[in-house]
Amino acid sequence: MELLYASCVGVLVSCGVFLLLRARTFPVVLGLTMISYAVNLFLFSSGRLTINKAVVLGTGADYADPLPQALVLTAIVIGFAMTAFVVILAIRGRADLGSDHVDGSPVKSAAVVKEQK
Amino acid sequence: MLFMTAMLGIVMSNNVIQLWLFWELTSISSFLLISYWWHKSEARKGARMALAVTGAGGLALLGGLMLLGDIVGSYDLDVILASKAIIQSHDLYELALVLVLLGAFTKSAQFPFHFWLPHAMAAPTPVSAYLHSATMVKAGIFLLARFYPALAGTEMWFLLVGLTGLATLLFGAYIALFKHDLKGLLAYSTISHLGLITLLLGLDTELATVAAIFHIINHATFKASLFMATGIIDHETGTRDMRKLNGMWRFMPYTATLAMVAAAAMAGVPLLNGFLSKEMFFAETLHQQVLGSMSWLIPVLATVAGAFAVAYSARFIHDVFFNGDPIDLPRTPHEPPRYMRVPIEILVVLCILVGIFPSFTVDSILSAASLAVLGEAMPEYKLTIWHGFNLPLLMSAMAVVGGLFIYVNRKYLFQFQASLPTLNAKKTFERAVLSVVAWCQSKINSTENGSLQRYLVIMLGVVLLCAGWPLFEMQQLAGSMPRTPVDVHNAIGAGLLIIGAIATVIWHRSRMVALLMLSIVGLMVSVLFTRFSAPDLALTQLTVEVATIILLMLALFFLPQHTPKESSSLRVLRDLGIASTIGVVVASICYAILTRPLNSISDYFVANAKTGGGGTNVVNVILVDFRGFDTLGEITVLGIAALGIFKVLSRIPLFMPASDSEGRPWARERYPILLASISQSLLPLALLVSAYIFLRGHNLPGGGFIAGLVTSIAFILQYMAHGSNWITERFDINYRKIIASGIGIAMFTGVGSWFFGRPFLTTWFDYFDIPFVGKTELASAIVFDLGVYLTVVGATLMILASLGNMTSDAPKKEVNI
Repeated sequence: MELLYASCVGVLVSCGVFLLLRARTFPVVLGLTMISYAVNLFLFSSGRLTINKAVVLGTGADYADPLPQALVLTAIVIGFAMTAFVVILAIRGRADLGSDHVDGSPVKSAAVVKEQK
Repeated sequence: MLFMTAMLGIVMSNNVIQLWLFWELTSISSFLLISYWWHKSEARKGARMALAVTGAGGLALLGGLMLLGDIVGSYDLDVILASKAIIQSHDLYELALVLVLLGAFTKSAQFPFHFWLPHAMAAPTPVSAYLHSATMVKAGIFLLARFYPALAGTEMWFLLVGLTGLATLLFGAYIALFKHDLKGLLAYSTISHLGLITLLLGLDTELATVAAIFHIINHATFKASLFMATGIIDHETGTRDMRKLNGMWRFMPYTATLAMVAAAAMAGVPLLNGFLSKEMFFAETLHQQVLGSMSWLIPVLATVAGAFAVAYSARFIHDVFFNGDPIDLPRTPHEPPRYMRVPIEILVVLCILVGIFPSFTVDSILSAASLAVLGEAMPEYKLTIWHGFNLPLLMSAMAVVGGLFIYVNRKYLFQFQASLPTLNAKKTFERAVLSVVAWCQSKINSTENGSLQRYLVIMLGVVLLCAGWPLFEMQQLAGSMPRTPVDVHNAIGAGLLIIGAIATVIWHRSRMVALLMLSIVGLMVSVLFTRFSAPDLALTQLTVEVATIILLMLALFFLPQHTPKESSSLRVLRDLGIASTIGVVVASICYAILTRPLNSISDYFVANAKTGGGGTNVVNVILVDFRGFDTLGEITVLGIAALGIFKVLSRIPLFMPASDSEGRPWARERYPILLASISQSLLPLALLVSAYIFLRGHNLPGGGFIAGLVTSIAFILQYMAHGSNWITERFDINYRKIIASGIGIAMFTGVGSWFFGRPFLTTWFDYFDIPFVGKTELASAIVFDLGVYLTVVGATLMILASLGNMTSDAPKKEVNI
């Protein structure tokens, strides 16, 4: 089970990183979302995998670790806010620059670099 | 004022880091003062040079002080000063010494860092008098004196401090003679005197230290008065060039007398204070044995420097006040007004008093100061005018005679100097600065080419190195925990998760499909949370997932539907390699964590959730009570993100596709009637559910975050079914106000506990009997949770609604979001 869980996290990270390295904004946003899933799972796993343990006081003797859960809960919400912010930035970038390439536009950016030199 | 404070700070700090901070403050304030006449490029350049040199020295000093602190184990000055033995036997003593000395030398303009001081003379004259003769440059000397008990007494101390001092003394005195600018002369003479003091400190006998301190006092008095006299001359004549200034005696005899007394003190003429300390200096140079058989060199060189000092003092007097008539002065000079002379008068009287009655005037100050530097026993010394005929007196006499001789024959020396190639420190410095800037620019250009992808690759590479390397050093990846067996449900879940993730990657070019695949992943993650005993997380993940997917779908409306194929196969291969290596590393770390036994601090939370926080849902109690401050910070971030999005989206140059990517027009029926009616009837239900989740959150899975998300999704459904105009007609809510009130409520709940004498965010709870409901617990945490709820609702709705608003092509009226 642990091996399976770890490989799930690994696959998510790999896919996220690959998407992160694409040149257009939307895949990058998808990649970030994927990585945030992976990070949440990773953090969650620091409480170890517990099946059918009590989460509410008084319903059992053996409790699942509440601390990682609390931390991940806020991380999920913040992750949403960040994803939203990035995607809105992407839209704004598209609207302002006319391209959804991460560097603005690939042709334009080379010209800008030359100008700076 | 800033400068004064900083200087006082240096003198009074007992913590070395604090001392360093004030040290830097003096550098900065002196930079500002030098560039007082900011319209002159000379002043700006001088200021920049001073800042660069002293700033670099300051960094070295910081390094040295850190090392010292590290060696001693304390940053307290007292402790450091008391542990001489530890410091000097430590391996890093030499490095620390060199660094501290670098700091002191740059500040005190010691050779070869002297070049900034003359250029700093571009400042107004009172500033120069105050900063560069009396106080700031003395900071370096002060530092030497301060650390004398801890660092001095070794061969290396003498070699570095003594020889630097000697070189500075000679060099400064020599150059001073050739300066035509009055202030330039004074600047180099200051450098030379600083060298003298440094040399005395380097000689490393107790009497030499006393002499050093005595000379600090004397130098401050006569040099400040000279600077002010220069200021008067500059003010009255409009020039400071000694080739033009001649015969001032006739115009301002009074000032001339004062300046001449001060200059004589600088030269070390008997009956003035400069003579006394110079005498002590000569005596000390005779007593040292530090250079072995070549020790006689030091007194000889000291006498030579003394001769030069006499020569430039003579030049100051003779060239300015006598020597024929002035040559085309911009203004006709006359005696300055009374108040301009008062400070000089006081200082000159001091010079004479100290010179004639040393034991009355400075003895007590001097012994107090020396005691502070030396720490323990005071050496025997006598301050008298007349020591009898001895070697130091002979040296003084030789210096005076030699100096006058040099001055009389200065023509030949001037010719000799003119024949030397000129080395302009300022030009050299500027060339060095320019080349450094050019070098940095080229490095920046080569690393920063504006490609986000390249930056990411570099960053990920570093991550790989840092995270992957320790893995190789681990003995065994798997820990000792027993493995749980894989059952069918988990296997299916994991399979779906992995398939979803990979499918997202495969179909990432057609974006809609990729998004759908991503939603599978999100769904499976929330199922996974349920499976592994985390119902709160599952609920949150599920609701966030809905909101995220809606958001991304909305976003897709404004972005191209497909990603063009751009990356070369090689690049794809490279990215695949990076991605899979990172995946493997992360998976290994995760596996290693999972298989090791858990030693959690959570037992505390579990034990105290009910008694301390008044709730049985430990996760929620942690959120609103134990780590309530975190939560407060997080909802603030949420609010800020929402406001940021609102701002970014306002006044966006709108790009509205008229049809989808395949050229089909959008459906005519914008708001399907079926969806509208169902969603309308669902709204109260959804609100009820969210209220229920909210209220039970403290004891059962639920709480403000989840309830907030459920409410937002219910409203989003309304937006989708009816369009934003329909919503704004019915209830006009300002989401910004909701966010603000949410954060406000959370904050005030926290502050509220102060009124009961408790720390921030302490939960209060009790049980009440409410009619019809039964015995119910009321906790202040629920108010905090209400704040969380409001913020989440406000932020989520604001994000989605402001994006959604842009799609409504109805005549744009001012929509209140």
